[in-house]
Amino acid sequence: MKHTISVLVENEFGVLSRISGLFSGRGFNIESLSVAPTLEPNISRMTLVTRGDDRILEQINKQLNKLISTIKVIDFTGEEYVERELALIKVNAEADSRAEALRIVDIFRANVVDVTPKSYTIQITGAPAKIDGLVELLRPMGIKEIVRSGPVVMGRGAKGVSA
Amino acid sequence: MELTGSQILLESLQKEGVDTVFGYPGGAVINIYDDLFDSPIEHVLTRHEQAAVHAADGYARCTGKVGVVVATSGPGATNTVTGIATAYMDSIPLVVITGQVPTPLIGNDAFQEADMCGITRPCTKHNFLVQDIRDLARTIKEAFYIARTGRPGPVLIDFPKDIQVTKHKFKYPEKVNLRGYKPTYAGNKRQISKAGKMILEAKRPVLYVGGGINLSAANEELVKLAEMTQTPVTTTLMAMSGFPQSHPLALGMLGMHGTFYANMSVTECDLLIAVGARFDDRVTGRIDAFAKKAKVIHIDVDPTSIKKNVAVDLPIVGDLKDVLTKMVEQLAEKPDELQKLVEKTSDWRATVDEWKKSHPMAYQASDSVIKPQFVIEKIRELTADDAIITTEVGQHQMWTAQFFQFSQPRTFLTSGGLGTMGYGLPAALGAQVAYPERQVVDISGDGSFQMNSQELATLVQYRLPVKIAILNNNFLGMVRQWQQMFFDKRYSQTCMELPIDFVKLAEAYGATGLQATSVADVEKTIKKALETPGPVLMEFKVAREENVLPMVPAGKGIHEMVLAS
Ligand SMILES: Cc1ncc(C[n+]2csc(CCOP(=O)(O)OP(=O)(O)O)c2C)c(N)n1
Ligand SMILES: [Mg+2]
Repeated sequence: MKHTISVLVENEFGVLSRISGLFSGRGFNIESLSVAPTLEPNISRMTLVTRGDDRILEQINKQLNKLISTIKVIDFTGEEYVERELALIKVNAEADSRAEALRIVDIFRANVVDVTPKSYTIQITGAPAKIDGLVELLRPMGIKEIVRSGPVVMGRGAKGVSA
Repeated sequence: MELTGSQILLESLQKEGVDTVFGYPGGAVINIYDDLFDSPIEHVLTRHEQAAVHAADGYARCTGKVGVVVATSGPGATNTVTGIATAYMDSIPLVVITGQVPTPLIGNDAFQEADMCGITRPCTKHNFLVQDIRDLARTIKEAFYIARTGRPGPVLIDFPKDIQVTKHKFKYPEKVNLRGYKPTYAGNKRQISKAGKMILEAKRPVLYVGGGINLSAANEELVKLAEMTQTPVTTTLMAMSGFPQSHPLALGMLGMHGTFYANMSVTECDLLIAVGARFDDRVTGRIDAFAKKAKVIHIDVDPTSIKKNVAVDLPIVGDLKDVLTKMVEQLAEKPDELQKLVEKTSDWRATVDEWKKSHPMAYQASDSVIKPQFVIEKIRELTADDAIITTEVGQHQMWTAQFFQFSQPRTFLTSGGLGTMGYGLPAALGAQVAYPERQVVDISGDGSFQMNSQELATLVQYRLPVKIAILNNNFLGMVRQWQQMFFDKRYSQTCMELPIDFVKLAEAYGATGLQATSVADVEKTIKKALETPGPVLMEFKVAREENVLPMVPAGKGIHEMVLAS
C-alpha cells in the first residue's frame, strides 16, 4: 500500500543522505521525496511517498524515528489530509494543436507559463492523480519535457504540526 | 582562556572521564598528538587502526565505558571502518575521532581525504563533521551521550585539521539537548503486568536472552526472574556471559550451533520471552519454523528490533534493568500464583532435562590427538572465574561459546553480529588495558590470528600479559566444515598451505611462544602460559577436521539439527 509520510528533521549536514541511505540500505522503496526548510530555519520538512505492507511500514516509521536527526514522523495514511503536487510540462504546440492545448489547460485550471512558436510550458498544481490526468491528455501532442515536484501534504483541520 | 580545537578535544575527553584512548597518528591529527604529549590521557599505540577500534571495543565491552579511538584522515580513517561496523552490529559504545583535511579542501579529493561521514553513515549510530570550532565541545558531549545511552553504538567525529588549530573559549556543556533523540528507559507498567500474566499462564516458557543483558547490566534481575518462575534460559552468542552457564536453568546457546536442548526448548515452548535479543538469522534458522507454538514477549530498548523479523504478541520498549526489576517486583507480589506456575511447569522442566540427558554437549575425546574442545575446557578449568575470554571468528569461536562455562558478566568478548576475524587479539589487548590484574585470554584460530597478529608488538610494548591460545587446524576451519558438509569436501582455498612457526613469530616480537603437540602437553602449556609474565602465545596442534556440532543447515528450522554421532 502507498503511504505518504512527513518527516521533520534537523536541517544539518548530511541529513538528506541519512534518510535516503536508510531507505536504500534497508531495501525500502521510495517513490518521491521533497524537502525544504520550515519557518524555523534549522528544521526541514520532508514529504516522502513509499510503499510496503504493514510490517515494512512499521519498520520505516521506527527506523526514521531512530535517526538522531529526526524530530517527528507523521504517516498520513488513514488521516484526512490535503495533498498537492506541482508539475511543469513542456508540450509541442504548433498550428493546429495550439488551441487544443489551451482548452485542456483551461479544463484543468492549469496555466501556461512560457510560450514559444513551437511549445507551451504548462504549470499545474493539484493532487497527483489530477496531474496524471493532464499528462494523459497532453501525451498525444508530444510532451518534450516534464518535471514533477513530488507531493507535499498537510493534515486537514485547525491543528498544526509545529515547526 | 582560549584553547585550540585539539586542546578542547582533550579537555572534553577528560570531562567525559576518559583516561585512555587507542589510536594511531598521522598528518591530519598531528596537532592532537602534539597535545596528547602533555596530556594526562594515556594513549595506546596499536599497529593498525582496525586494531585500535577493536581494542577500544574490547575495553568498552568489559568495562561498560565508552571506548575512544583517534585515527588520521584518509587511510587511517578507512582502516577504522571494520572495527566500527563490528561495534555497531554488537551495540558497543565507542567514540571514534578521525582527522579530516582542512575544511576549505573538503570535497577536493585532497591528499588523504575520505568522506568518513558518508562511509560510516550505515555503520555508526550517528556521526558528525565538525564544521565550526564553536560546535566542537557540544559535538563531543553529544557524541558520548549518543554512544552510551539507549541502544549503545559507535559514534564518529570527523575533525578537520584547520579546526584543530583554531582557538576558542572552552566551556563544556552541562546538558545535551537533542530534540530528535529521547530513548525510552522506563518500561510501560501496564505492558509489564500483562507480561507477568502471560508468564503465569504459560505451561512451557523459555527465556531467550541476547547481548542487551550485559549492556544493561541486568544480569542479577534476569537470574531472579528465571529462578522465581523456574524458567529455562537460553542465551545468544552475545549473552553467553550474561547468565551463569552452570546454572541448572541454563540451556546454553541456541541457533545454528546451539545445543540440542536449547533448540528443542525454543521449538516446543508456548511462551518465548525475548530479552535484549534481536532474532538474528543465525539464531532463528528458518524463520517460519522458529518458536512456532509460542506467544512472544519481546523486551528491548530499541523499538526497531521489535517485530522486525518475527511477530510479537507483547512488545515492551525499555531498558532491561528497569523492565526486569519491575517484572520481578510485580511477580513477587503473587507468591501463590508463582507457586502454581512452578508446579504447573515442572513437567516442562522434566522434558528439558531429558533433552539435556539424551543429547548433552559433548565431543569424542581422544588420547592421540588434541581435540580443540578439550583445550577450551582446560583453559576454563585453569583460569579464574573473572578471566576475560575473547575469540576470533570460526570454529574455535563456536566451541568456546559451547564449551566454556562462563559465569560472570562481560567476561566473553566476541564479534557476534559482524563476525570479524581478527577481532579477538586487539579486543583482548583493550580488555587487558582496562583490567591489568585480570587474566585475559584470546582463543584464536590460525587463520584469524594472522589478521591482526601485528598486535603482538603492542602487547609487548605495553607489557600487557594477554595469553593467546591458537587452536591450529591449519584450515579456515569453519569454511572447510561447510565445504565438507555442503560442497562435497571440495576444500577450495581453505587449507592454509604454509605452516607458520607461531612460536618463532611470538619470539620475533619479544613475546613468549609455546607449542603443544600432544594431549599430555595441553595442561602443562596452559599452566606455563598463565605463570609466565607478559604476553604468551600458545599454539595447539589440534585435530584438523573436527566439526562444530550440532549444526542447523542453512534454510532449516533450528530443530532440524545435524547432531554429533
Ligand atoms: C574478516 C573475515 N573474513 C572472512 C570471514 C569468513 N570466515 C568465517 S570463519 C573463517 C575461518 C576462520 O579460520 P580460523 O581463524 O583458522 O578459525 P577456525 O574456523 O579454523 O577455528 C572465515 C574465513 C570472516 N568471518 N571474517
Ligand atoms: Mg583454523
